[in-house]
Amino acid sequence: MIPLNFYLALSALLFTIGVVGVLTRRNAIIVFMSIELMLNSVNLTLVAFSAFLGDATGQMLVFFVITIAAAEAAIGLAIIIALFRNKQTVNIDEINLLKW
Amino acid sequence: MTFEEVFFYFLAAGAIVSALLVITRKNPINSVIFLVLNFFFLAALYLTLKAQFIAIIQILVYAGAIMVLFMFVIMLLNLGDEKQLTDRVTWKQIVAIGLSLAFVMQVLYIVGFGETAEMETMSAKAVDIGTVEYIGKELFSQYVLPIEAISVLIVAAVVGAIVLAKRKFE
Repeated sequence: MIPLNFYLALSALLFTIGVVGVLTRRNAIIVFMSIELMLNSVNLTLVAFSAFLGDATGQMLVFFVITIAAAEAAIGLAIIIALFRNKQTVNIDEINLLKW
Repeated sequence: MTFEEVFFYFLAAGAIVSALLVITRKNPINSVIFLVLNFFFLAALYLTLKAQFIAIIQILVYAGAIMVLFMFVIMLLNLGDEKQLTDRVTWKQIVAIGLSLAFVMQVLYIVGFGETAEMETMSAKAVDIGTVEYIGKELFSQYVLPIEAISVLIVAAVVGAIVLAKRKFE
């Protein structure tokens, strides 16, 4: 039997890979994909706890997280399309309208 | 090493390698492909945790729907590997990677020495709670209000996406 710790460690590593992706990449779409990676690593934590504690709440939360992720992807990609139409770029360094 | 452990290490290594490939590829299309691969590895990991419903939903919704959306947008915008997007390593990136390494070390320390270190075996109930039947019953009894709230949110997201991507406001 695999102990709970292994799943938690794997999920921590995946989350950190997502964080590195968000912080280092300049392409807005790849930043989005890194956010999906982070959401997924948290889902893994929730499912692991759910299985080891014998409590279904974790899996319910994962269900809702997946729904939110779908909504977030739709909105986020719509924003990217609107930005690309206005500035012809997806480089997040050049999209600094709200930066003072 | 039991077969179960071999399987877990294979899936874990696959998930980590595909995640690393997602954030290092120059071409966004390649990133999407590796992200789909990562989702499949995670779905298999959910199966090892006896969460069948979540594993299927992961493949249907994430690998099926969300990634098609990503692929569609990348192809619509016709993004190749743009030079200025993948430029040289800056000091910001080095700081980011250093901080992330510190973060992961802290989390691994907590995981290794915290209370969860004593949890060795899966609960006997795990087999029951992963099924579609159990989750469906829970969703439509105890979690009925969140389900309704989330359906409103989905409608709002659909309307919002159309409004944002529309060419002009009249």
